Amino acid sequence: MEKQEALIEYCLRLGDNSLILGHRISEWCGHGPILEEDIALTNIALDLVGQARTLLTYAGEVEGKGRTEDDLAYLRQVREYRNCLLLEQENGDFARTIVRQFLFDSYHVPFLEALRSSTDTTLAAFAEKSLKEATYHLRHSSEWMIRLGDGTEESKTRVQGALNELWMYSGELFETDEVESVLQKEKIAPNMDAIKKTWTTNVAGILELATLTQPEAGWMQSGGRTGKHSELLGYILAELQYVQRSYPGCEW
Amino acid sequence: MVATNDNILSLLENVMDPEVPVLSILDLGIVRKVDAENNTIVITPTYSGCPAMQTIEDDIRKILADNGLENITIETTLTPAWTTDWLSESGRKKLREYGIAPPVGTSKDKNVLFGDEKQVSCPQCRSGNTKLISQFGSTACKALYKCEDCLEPFDYFKCI
Ligand SMILES: [Zn+2]
Repeated sequence: MEKQEALIEYCLRLGDNSLILGHRISEWCGHGPILEEDIALTNIALDLVGQARTLLTYAGEVEGKGRTEDDLAYLRQVREYRNCLLLEQENGDFARTIVRQFLFDSYHVPFLEALRSSTDTTLAAFAEKSLKEATYHLRHSSEWMIRLGDGTEESKTRVQGALNELWMYSGELFETDEVESVLQKEKIAPNMDAIKKTWTTNVAGILELATLTQPEAGWMQSGGRTGKHSELLGYILAELQYVQRSYPGCEW
Repeated sequence: MVATNDNILSLLENVMDPEVPVLSILDLGIVRKVDAENNTIVITPTYSGCPAMQTIEDDIRKILADNGLENITIETTLTPAWTTDWLSESGRKKLREYGIAPPVGTSKDKNVLFGDEKQVSCPQCRSGNTKLISQFGSTACKALYKCEDCLEPFDYFKCI
C-alpha cells in the first residue's frame, strides 16, 4: 500500500470516529437529563465535529481530487465510512452515553498525546489542538462514571449494564492493519501498544473508584474501520445526509 | 487607507468576538500574523469546532474592504494551538467588567477529577467563595460557576 493511500484512509478513520460520535451526542441536544448536561454534551459534540472537519478536509487534500470536507461527510455511502463500531452505538440512557464516551475518551487522550509527535505536521498540529479539548471530555466522562457507579443502586445497575454491553466494542479502537503499519514506518502514526496500555490502566483505575466491575476480557467486535458497520450507521447517515441527498449541492 | 501592518492592526482592533462582543480578536490573541506586504492575515481558532471562526473571517474581510483594502488572504493555522495564556491584560479586564471571570493561572493544570482546584473570583461581588457547576458553559470556551455569596451564576473563561 502506498503512503498516500494509507494516509487518506487513516484520516478518514480518525475523522469518522469524531464525526459519528459527535453526531450521536448531538442527538441529546434539547433532551439532556439536566440543563448543564445538555450543554456539556452539545459542547463536546461541537468539539468532535470540529475535529472531524479538520481531518476530512485534510483527507480530501491528500487525495487531491477536489473533494471537500462536505463531500466526504455528506456524499459517502455507509460502506465507505471508517469509524469504529463503538461510536455508532445508540445513546440509550444517560449512563450508556457516558460509558461509550468514557471508553472513547480514555483512548482519545493518550492517542492524541502520541500523535503530537507525528512527522506529518498537519496531524501533529491537529493532535496538539484536539488534546486540549479531549482532556476536558475525559475528565467529564470519568467524573460521571464515578458518580453513576458509586451512586444509587439504580444508577449503578444502569452503568454496569451499559459497560457490560459496550465492552466488546472497545478492542477495535486499538486495531491495526496495513494502513497503520505503512504510516508507523514513516513515524506518521503512533504505535498502538503503549496507548492500549495507558487505556487499560486508566480505565481500570476509574472503574475501581466507581466501584464497577470490569467485564472479562473476551471476544471483541470489529469491522467498522474497514466499512463493515451495524445497521445503526445507515440510520445516522439518513439523518446526517438528508439535506444534501434531497437538495444536491445546496448551500447556506 | 494604505495597507501597512499598523493600519491593518488598528482596523482589527474593531473586529469583535461575536460570542464575547467586548473582546476584540486582538485581545483574544487569535490573530497570529499580519503581513501587509504579502496581503496576508493568519488567524487560529480557539476550539476546533468554534462556530465563530467563519463570522470572524467575514468581519475581517468587511472592515478591510470598507477601508479600501481588498484581496487580503486570510489563512487559518492550527499550530501553535491557541491557549488562554494569549488573552491580553486589557482583554482580561474587559471580560471581568462584562461579567465573565477571566482565566486563572496557566493552561497546564487541569487533570484533577471533581472540581477546579483554582479559586475563581465572582465578577459581580469579587467574592472568592465560588463553586464550579459545570466545565461546559454557554460556549465552548466557558465553564459555569456560581457565587456562594451573592448567589449569582456566572461564566468563567476556562483555561486551555
Ligand atoms: Zn458574587
